[in-house]
Amino acid sequence: MKIIDLFNETYASLTVNKVRTGLTMLGIVIGISSVIAMVSIGQGAQAQIQTSIEGLGSNLLSILPGVVQPGRGIVSSGRGAAQTLKNEDVDLLRSIEGLAAISPESSRRFQIVAPNGNNTNTTVTGGQTSYGLVHNLIVANGSFISDADDRSISRKAVLGATVAADLFLDTDPVGQAIRVNNVTFTVIGVLQAKGAAGFSGPDDMVIVPLSTMQKILAGIDYLSTITVSVADKDQINDVRDQMISLLLVRHRVAEPDFSVISQADVLGTLSSIITTFTLFLASIAGISLLVGGIGIMNMMLTTVTERTREIGLRKAIGAQKRDITAQFLTESVMLTFVGGVAGIALGWLIATLVSQFAGIATSVSFSAVMLAFGVSATIGIVFGYYPARRAAGLNPIEALRYE
Amino acid sequence: MISCENITKVYTNGDVETVVLKSVSFQVKAGEFVAIMGPSGSGKSTLMHILGALDSPTGGTYLLDGKDVSKLTDDQLAEIRRTKIGFVFQSFNLLSRSSVLRNVMLPLVYAGVPHDRREALAASALTAAGMPKDRWHHLSNQLSGGQMQRVAIARSMVNNPSIVLADEPTGNLDSKTGEIVLGTFQKLNQQGGHTIILITHEPYVAEHADRIIQIQDGEIVHDKANSKRRQVNLSV
Repeated sequence: MKIIDLFNETYASLTVNKVRTGLTMLGIVIGISSVIAMVSIGQGAQAQIQTSIEGLGSNLLSILPGVVQPGRGIVSSGRGAAQTLKNEDVDLLRSIEGLAAISPESSRRFQIVAPNGNNTNTTVTGGQTSYGLVHNLIVANGSFISDADDRSISRKAVLGATVAADLFLDTDPVGQAIRVNNVTFTVIGVLQAKGAAGFSGPDDMVIVPLSTMQKILAGIDYLSTITVSVADKDQINDVRDQMISLLLVRHRVAEPDFSVISQADVLGTLSSIITTFTLFLASIAGISLLVGGIGIMNMMLTTVTERTREIGLRKAIGAQKRDITAQFLTESVMLTFVGGVAGIALGWLIATLVSQFAGIATSVSFSAVMLAFGVSATIGIVFGYYPARRAAGLNPIEALRYE
Repeated sequence: MISCENITKVYTNGDVETVVLKSVSFQVKAGEFVAIMGPSGSGKSTLMHILGALDSPTGGTYLLDGKDVSKLTDDQLAEIRRTKIGFVFQSFNLLSRSSVLRNVMLPLVYAGVPHDRREALAASALTAAGMPKDRWHHLSNQLSGGQMQRVAIARSMVNNPSIVLADEPTGNLDSKTGEIVLGTFQKLNQQGGHTIILITHEPYVAEHADRIIQIQDGEIVHDKANSKRRQVNLSV
């Protein structure tokens, strides 16, 4: 039997009962499309988080005062409460080989008022010139904090994009005065918008010189964070170990009274959460795919029973076992193939609609499509094989007599 | 053409052995129109299955065109059926939702006949079986019983087999259309030179053949030429 004849026969028998064929196929369509949609939503979320975290700066290590308690994560790090990080620590760490930049930081929330009466409550961070380098900040308008500003404890401020828009609407903030905690600052620059990244982003933030922050606004001598960027990705662990041992000696403690968190840690944690979530969604979708496959098997078994006389006739006029097997196997593979293609299209459409209307990033990857395709073809073969063998094994005499 | 020597068939069901055919021997020459007649349970259906290469005999030899068919595998038997045997069944066994033409072309699909030759072969078989041309594209379940059987006859001959086996071909038809079907067989035998073996339990139907083999309890009891053959004149 030639391939073209096989397809002709398959087409003819699948179109005999269009409703049944359609419903059986629908099982596969739903299964495949939900796998595609779920995986693409998961992968999209992962890619989005990765981009925004990498956008905060590359190869970063953050030193936080206090100890991150096991199992409580980075949120309750005691940040701000502990006072163990000092300015002198920064000078000590500067000597470590492999450091690209080091940025001592001190943050607090303050009420900020613009001359036009607009006000906002946001994070004010004291930083040095290195803050901009470490965090990949780009000044859209004006200039950033300079070393001279920090030395002279000057009252200058750089606004994040959101803060600038909140306070000054459409007017240019550069050169204007703002009041932070009743101290007047001059705006010298506005940052380019970066997009939200986790819980706090550089868009909703005001940056002032570190010395001004510590001496005028907060009246403290400790830091809330030291952020370090490492020149080479391979040196991150090296640098981390050196920092820990230097700080242990400096602080004269046996156990660290600080925590070092790398960007990779944060990324890894978030990625593993999303991967688990994606797997969970995909396995639910996979169950529907399995149910679809059983639907195929059910239909094929019914078909074999219904067409027993036809099988008998085909054998009587000279069809061999493999002809019958091929015919029924082609029917089930065709069902899953067409269902699979439709499912991929539908899944892709769902993913597109989700990112369009729900604002969730999705990415339909080639590997997900190939996986879905492979799975549907395999389902066709696996669930079609048994009915096909059963048809091929029928005795022609009994099959022809079958009522 | 066909040569059966001491064909036996025994069915074993557990410890019980049922002898269906005991030592059946006969020959059929090319171009003969033979009726195998016997009451139900006589073993004539089993004999037809063996002659049609659907089943193998327990003992004896069955030569078809000089080739021993009695000890072949399933797939080899399928090969024999595909090239040498045409079947006509009591219940027609057409693919109901396919056109007349497609039904007749079905054996050619398995025989690997090229596409462009199939329609011509089917057309000549349908014409020979007396099927009006305006019905060739009808679905087979839209036809009358007599027409269905003529489509089945066309299908059995489309591959130009050595023998056509007809198993109670008139069993589901009224006497008038049954007569037309028998006439079709006579015409194909007399004009087309086809070898036809007709299996029936009705003496009246058997009398349309040139030779009648009567079988009873698994044995041939009569085998002689039919002196008072009933000829059907199809043009009437």
